[in-house]
Amino acid sequence: MPGKLKAKIVAGRHLPVMDRASDLTDAFVEVKFGNTTFKTDVCHKSLNPQWNSEWFKFEVDDEDLQDEPLQITVLDHDTYSANDAIGKVYIDIDPLLCTEAASVISGWFPIYDTIHGIRGEINVLVKVELFNDLNRFRQSSCGVKFFCTTSIPRCYRAAMVHGFVEELVVNEDPEYQWIDRIRTPRASNEARQRLISLMSGELQRKIGLKVLEMGGNAVVGYLQCFDLEGESGLVVRAIGTACTLDKVSSGSAPNTNTHVHPNTAPASNACNSPSKDGKESPLAHGCRSTHNSPVHSVCSSQRLSQNFSVSVPTLIFTGMGSGGSAGKEAGPLKTLLRQHTQTALEQRGASSSGLLLNAREFPFFTLTSFPPGFLVHVGGVVSARSVKLLDRIHNPALGNTRSYKLLDWNSVTADEPETRDAWWEEIRQEIKSHAKALGCHAVVGYSESTSICEEVCILSASGTAAILNPRYMREGCLDIGSTDHRFEDPSPPSCGFCHIPYDELNMPFPAQLTYCYHCRRQKVPDVLFTTIDLPSEAAVTGKGCLIQARLCRLKKKAQGEVNATAISNLLPFMEYELHTQLMNKLKLRNMNALFGLHIQISVGENMLLGLASATGVYLTALPAPGGIQIAGKTPGDLSNEHHILTIQKRINDTIAKNKELYQINPPELTEEGLGSPIPEPRQRSRLFRSHSESSDELSELDLSHGKKDAFVLEIDDTDAVEDIHSLLTDAPPPTGFYSCNTEIMPGIYNWTSGIQMFTSVRVFRLSNANLTNQGLNKIFTDLCENLLKSFYFKLRSMIPCCLCHLNFTVAVPEEELIQVAVTAVAMTFDKDQAQEKPAEKPINKGSSENEEQLQFPLELCADVSSANTQPSSKVSGVPESTNVSSRVSSLERCSPLPEGRSRSLRSSRSFGGSSVTVVKMTPLSFLPGIRIIKYLGIINMFFIRETTSLREEGGVSGFLHSFIAEVFAMVRAHVAALGGNAVVSYSMKECVLMENPNKNQAQCLINVSGDAVICVRETDQEPTASMTNIGQTCCSANDGAT
Amino acid sequence: MLLHVTMIVFCPTVNDAVKVRMEGGVLDECEASADVLLSDTMDQYRTFQMCERLLHSPAKLANQLLFQIPPHRQTVLIERYYAFDDAFVREVLGKKLSKGTKKDLDDISAKTGVTLKSCRRQFDNFKRVFKVVEELKGPLVENIRQHFLLSDKLARDYAAIVFFTNNRFETGKRKLQYLTFQDFAFCAGQLINNWTVGAVDNMVEDMDVDLDKEFLQELKELKILITDKDLLDQHKSLVCTALRGKTKAFNEMEANFKNLSRGLVNIAAKLTNTKDVRDFFIDLVEKFIEPCRSDRWTAADMKLYLTHYTNSAHILDTFKHQVVWDRYMGVIKSCIFKMYHD
Repeated sequence: MPGKLKAKIVAGRHLPVMDRASDLTDAFVEVKFGNTTFKTDVCHKSLNPQWNSEWFKFEVDDEDLQDEPLQITVLDHDTYSANDAIGKVYIDIDPLLCTEAASVISGWFPIYDTIHGIRGEINVLVKVELFNDLNRFRQSSCGVKFFCTTSIPRCYRAAMVHGFVEELVVNEDPEYQWIDRIRTPRASNEARQRLISLMSGELQRKIGLKVLEMGGNAVVGYLQCFDLEGESGLVVRAIGTACTLDKVSSGSAPNTNTHVHPNTAPASNACNSPSKDGKESPLAHGCRSTHNSPVHSVCSSQRLSQNFSVSVPTLIFTGMGSGGSAGKEAGPLKTLLRQHTQTALEQRGASSSGLLLNAREFPFFTLTSFPPGFLVHVGGVVSARSVKLLDRIHNPALGNTRSYKLLDWNSVTADEPETRDAWWEEIRQEIKSHAKALGCHAVVGYSESTSICEEVCILSASGTAAILNPRYMREGCLDIGSTDHRFEDPSPPSCGFCHIPYDELNMPFPAQLTYCYHCRRQKVPDVLFTTIDLPSEAAVTGKGCLIQARLCRLKKKAQGEVNATAISNLLPFMEYELHTQLMNKLKLRNMNALFGLHIQISVGENMLLGLASATGVYLTALPAPGGIQIAGKTPGDLSNEHHILTIQKRINDTIAKNKELYQINPPELTEEGLGSPIPEPRQRSRLFRSHSESSDELSELDLSHGKKDAFVLEIDDTDAVEDIHSLLTDAPPPTGFYSCNTEIMPGIYNWTSGIQMFTSVRVFRLSNANLTNQGLNKIFTDLCENLLKSFYFKLRSMIPCCLCHLNFTVAVPEEELIQVAVTAVAMTFDKDQAQEKPAEKPINKGSSENEEQLQFPLELCADVSSANTQPSSKVSGVPESTNVSSRVSSLERCSPLPEGRSRSLRSSRSFGGSSVTVVKMTPLSFLPGIRIIKYLGIINMFFIRETTSLREEGGVSGFLHSFIAEVFAMVRAHVAALGGNAVVSYSMKECVLMENPNKNQAQCLINVSGDAVICVRETDQEPTASMTNIGQTCCSANDGAT
Repeated sequence: MLLHVTMIVFCPTVNDAVKVRMEGGVLDECEASADVLLSDTMDQYRTFQMCERLLHSPAKLANQLLFQIPPHRQTVLIERYYAFDDAFVREVLGKKLSKGTKKDLDDISAKTGVTLKSCRRQFDNFKRVFKVVEELKGPLVENIRQHFLLSDKLARDYAAIVFFTNNRFETGKRKLQYLTFQDFAFCAGQLINNWTVGAVDNMVEDMDVDLDKEFLQELKELKILITDKDLLDQHKSLVCTALRGKTKAFNEMEANFKNLSRGLVNIAAKLTNTKDVRDFFIDLVEKFIEPCRSDRWTAADMKLYLTHYTNSAHILDTFKHQVVWDRYMGVIKSCIFKMYHD
């Protein structure tokens, strides 16, 4: 009995009226953990009951502590009929299991009902007493810290990065079980919420176990996702990067436990492994991707064991990259990798003793930014997609029982999770072989996602192939003392990561290489695409900007395998076009690299949506991008010629304008000789047109037509004209605004403390039944552009500011619906110093005026300035013009985050005798001008909301608006109860909306996550915080929070 | 946000609000399209809708978890939400806040030019405040301020509205049309502070919203000032002696003294009847203000007259009801001063 959980119900407030007759409520509370339930007394006739209960004690295994949430149900006592539920609170007690994190959960929690939303609040106290358990075979992993943050959390230092951890658990979805068809929606929703909470807990515990076995103590970049596979079940899966983290304040010695594998085994380079079915997508420039045909899962192989043992010393992080011979050394590396992969696989198949699945099998890292020196070289984006048909999950262990007891996969053999595992395994292998082809031994910025429509599922994975500095890796016992200089020698930090890791004579894809514009010693590609954040040491010219490629493709409705085949046939073309768009837009902005690239392909019944977002920058080390050259196919036609000239002029103008806008003034090259491009005439004529079917023919175009370094855009039909138009219609952000999808904007260094997070979900109903691809593209592009415009409008009072971490998620929830969800944060910066990069941390002097305006929720502070000019007289009675409302079918909500900026972070509001801690939220891993002093644990919450009075609640917009506001409120309440005052790395992982306007119903599922932290304002500029300092601020922060 | 509440008050629909904002030149400022403005405005309406529920019991606003609103913003929000138009309140002042009155709001809206939506909000605010404080003990203004977190000024105005509603004072008659809400609010303040039970003793288990019954009863005693012929003459001569030579309207004052005195004392004597309480203001106007106005008294004349009228009563030997007299005339005096204008 390794743990004792104690809970105390203190009071309630703002309860709803449950008894119409008296306008009051007789409330009592049920506290449940596992199978044990306690009840409080009934507090008669009060909307603000004071229960002041005893401490309810649960004696449980720490395994259960990790899996189960504490369930608190508030009910209205009814003498004669069944008690009515008011609502529930689920409390994840995981943060209490870490010694360093929170010690008590105490605070007001919103009481949530899936039908009515928030109904009052309840004050709860929760404590855990853990007994030390040294059992080696324990199933719990208490003490492993989880972080959503995709970098080494501030106030920690990475002693060691162990590598990739993944896990998934499967269960039947209560919503789809027969009994739920006769249950009330509330019961069904609650069953689902509870189940997912349980599954997340279990998943986290299992990942924790793997981390412990690897010798780590934390998971960074923890990414958990749900696959709602409908009839075939519910999959909760997670990936992350296992690390050993040291508290910075502990002052531990620098890690000397480095390891380099000697270079051995020369081998051929002939392993630019083509993907399985040879459907290599026609991508160039650092993108590789494959698409597997639908695979029927008749997988009979059994899962051996969940007990992942310690890694075999499988190599991978070979010494690498000395001098200019990077490419040559890549060869042996690949072979080495392959060999080990094979052995790993063999072992996996053969051993039955639960030996090893090696975490090193996949040298993947979910991190997107790294300690300086970690990243040696970056190869390019690697991605893989696969289309699968979902089968009904057959769960013998579940049988027909109604228990939600999860399967313990250790003891029960079941096919299904193995199938899902196998699917991902396949994809990861694919990614790994792509990385190898790029001469890289690791994949960073790695992420996985799915898109499901009916029984078709697209699995996607992407990352950035890279070579890492092995200093941070432990790979066995080898310890070569002289490692350091080997790595620091060849590559100056500001350009080293741009240098190609692959062999220039045997390039995995066609590319133009030049000598690095920074160090002039090594080769760099002309364009670099990555999924990671811009390394902090990278030299950038000018500022960056958000670049998006958007695409819709219609497809025929079909079933089963035919459908899956159709989809997998479409995928390569979509990727190609997205890539083309990205490339053209990048050129148009006169930039040469993309960071934070995220390509999402969503499948719907009759269409596929593709959205690629990235932040474009001009890397000083890379060559200047060429312009875009327009070419007509029939040069004879005069009017056509004229037309082309006009377009060409427009493009040139746009490029010139963008140069100015993003302040791209690369230093002029004095000598052309050093950086002379490697001649590669064929490549010169590389055409970027959208219609790949005709690209063969086009590639024979006369090269002499344009400037040598220019891309040639051929216009020969209306499609191409459309493409160019869409290229030119992307409006730049209004003056004073910048936008990016990375953590911070490259080229801006002096952030002030103004931040404003917001989430917006737009659902667009396609009205026209027979749309063309072009029409759809236009609609989709407009939808995204309008979303951006509306942000600029709402945030105009924050100018100058930058929208950071713009995270777009697209979905096709129903046949004629397109849903776009965006979460981002607007941050202010100091305009005057925008150019300089301060040596130290940005000086933080929030202009008070600015702050003043940010004090209020975004949408409410709409217009302070014009509010003043607003005549306070009445508006002359204007008959409303009905055309506007009926025309716009787009539904929208922007919920804004009540990110009140409090004057002092610690200040809690006291007004009317009560106080609520101000909790800030941001999708970034940090808050400008504020120091995170303690991580309190991961926040991972799942909510379902349903309504049967959609119209009355303001339609889908009103419904979503209030739901998202409620989700924010619940996240903040949980953080505050942990003693925190901010959430960093916040993200909305899932927002699934189903509506049935005819029945006046809608249902929405939201999954959010983030890291709860305590932070304090950086009052002084002390570079290093002493321990005492931290202790003090910590205390004061706690004071403020209570 | 300020804009927002103002707009809710004045713009019945989102489209109207969009129009107003467009005319305000928001779009020119930041190169946005009408669509963007519309969706932004709709967002604000939605947020406000969620906020509105909280505003109904402002104390909740401080410890609710749905929105993080800094305290000073909360204050502004509440203040703006509970703000009202004098033109509108003038129409419903003293009326029963019933469903019937609410049905007439469209007429009031047409008459005052305040939009129907705004009328409803204001009406509901009055009713909500009334319901909450109606049964509460203790000082009225303080109760309102505590429950609705309003500023002192606004709390006083609401106290006036509650007081008028509770006592059903007639304010709608044509003769009273020239009086503004602020005139009435001032008078209500005087009545609350001097004529209710709470005015004498805060600890009393009674409320500020009702007039002090005992006091009203005692007022009957004042009748002696007009029924006793000697006393009336004596009073007149004292007042006239004091006024002589100090005003141009002396002759009219002398001529009208008995009439005016009868008017004021009769008002006092009748206040035990609820019906006559309702007519308090109309009586003041008919019995006192109108005669004086037709004689072209200036405000200074009025002040002079009432001061001496009140003070002279103290010198009357046989008049024993000095305390009641002062309590009565103190209020009457300041009310009339306030009400004596065009």
